[in-house]
Amino acid sequence: MEIATQRAPAIGSNPANYMLVAAALVCLVALVSAPLWAGRADLRMLMEALSFLALAQMWNLLAGYTGLISVGQQAFVGIGGYLFFALAMFGGIPVLAAMPIAALIAGLIAVPTGWLLFRLQGAYFAIGTWVVAEVFRLTAAQFPALGGGSGISLPVSVAKSIADTRAGREMVMYYIALFIALGAVLAVWLLLRSRWGLALNAIRDSETAAGSLGVRIRRIKFAVYVGTAIGTAFTGAFIFFQKLRITPDAAFSVTEWSAFVIFIVVIGGLGTIEGPILGVILFFLLRDIAADLGTIYLIGLGVVAIAVMLIDRRGIWGALKARGVPSLFKIQRHLK
Amino acid sequence: MDVLRLDAVSKKYGALTVTDGVSLSVPEGQALGIIGPNGAGKSTLFNLIGGTTTVSSGRIFFNEADITGFSAAERCNAGIARSFQIPHPFVGLTVYENLLVAEAFGIGGKPADGEGCREILHQTGLLSKANTPAGKLSLLERKRLELARALATRPRLLLLDEIAGGLTDGECKLLVELIKRIHASGVSIIWIEHIVHALTAVAERLVVIDYGRVIADGDPAEVINEPVVKEIYLGIDVDDEAA
Repeated sequence: MEIATQRAPAIGSNPANYMLVAAALVCLVALVSAPLWAGRADLRMLMEALSFLALAQMWNLLAGYTGLISVGQQAFVGIGGYLFFALAMFGGIPVLAAMPIAALIAGLIAVPTGWLLFRLQGAYFAIGTWVVAEVFRLTAAQFPALGGGSGISLPVSVAKSIADTRAGREMVMYYIALFIALGAVLAVWLLLRSRWGLALNAIRDSETAAGSLGVRIRRIKFAVYVGTAIGTAFTGAFIFFQKLRITPDAAFSVTEWSAFVIFIVVIGGLGTIEGPILGVILFFLLRDIAADLGTIYLIGLGVVAIAVMLIDRRGIWGALKARGVPSLFKIQRHLK
Repeated sequence: MDVLRLDAVSKKYGALTVTDGVSLSVPEGQALGIIGPNGAGKSTLFNLIGGTTTVSSGRIFFNEADITGFSAAERCNAGIARSFQIPHPFVGLTVYENLLVAEAFGIGGKPADGEGCREILHQTGLLSKANTPAGKLSLLERKRLELARALATRPRLLLLDEIAGGLTDGECKLLVELIKRIHASGVSIIWIEHIVHALTAVAERLVVIDYGRVIADGDPAEVINEPVVKEIYLGIDVDDEAA
């Protein structure tokens, strides 16, 4: 063992670093000022993209760090949406309060479902999450007050409660979407910078070693499962507030809320914060270009996913990172 | 007081018995060496003590407390740390961060400040690699990281699984010095090693395991000269190695 003259190498600053931060700031300013420059259609598209960004960050935290592959996160999108409708329509709770309350109740629901699902491993866990989501979809159709199988629209009075004019409503909705997306990114970033972030990275790389170093793996995975359920349900509540209408099939859609979200994360780069952001941009670009093509569009998404897996399975950001592109969201701790 | 006591511990995989009724007491502060041929069940014994594998029967006591039902993490928190024979680095984290995981979640469980890590990195010769991703380390460096990470949990009992394999004579000598220092600081050590001269330089007691059973136990010099041990190690010139 070499003990002579050791010291930790110094960390230099990198010009690419500043460019990346500058680009991110420009994007942030553009997003915050979007209601000033974007048309109605663009604003709606941005809202949808921001919702997907939040869902992708949640799925990435779950799958990318704890290795829990869920194809059933639509369970919490749907639960969030339905609880929000129930609270706003029958509870008379203001819209802005109904969303977080719906999210927290979804978190409570995640405790028993997690207790059940955590008995399953790997692929069985994945299928289990889907089964649970289907159970919730069928359950949601059993409430006549919420429209049963054919769904229900949000009363105009509820929508009008946030603003009187249509333009005003859309601006408020847009800022809710921005708040949720930025909140999701920030929450994941802060989590990964904390001591729990160390544990999540350790679990991702080797569960055996993490356990032997004192990391309570099961407890942390369960906490992440419940936490991401809350974030996913918050986003779900917003998505259906924006749509003003909810049906069991739309609320618990496996294609929309799991397949597309998984596509975004995997293409962008699993296990990174930047990956889901890149993935969302790419997904909406592809959709914009090819949405008129119908079924071909879905086949195209599949081809892109397969191509990325064959070329570099770390995804776009993973490949860039391996080629020396600095991280935008620094989580590394340095010994000075 | 015994830091570790195994009471008729067995591990069966179907009809195959890998650990066969092992009873063993390790007094506090002892440095115990374990040798035995490949496939004798040495690493399985560590898995059972460390909690990555559960026993089929028998009890395990740490500082007189029954830890048989403890998970690996609970055993680490109680004060048992181990290095894996096949290194399990956190490849996406830097070497320093690998140690921070151990420091933040190990026995101390205190928020890591990094100073303890620096000292351990220095001792294990990894300080110049502190901010390197662990995925970029060579095999030897990965083995050092195993030791460094185990130390960063601040253990009372350290389990070392073949960490001297592949080292040059010079490196081996430095490793032996390091382990002696760790032992002198009051940490009990159990070390599995094929390189007998390195082992006997540290171990106060030697246990030989074959077919999952303890077949010899006692003073290293005497154990090595027992006929049954020589028979197992036929082909390895034990006398030369021990000299």
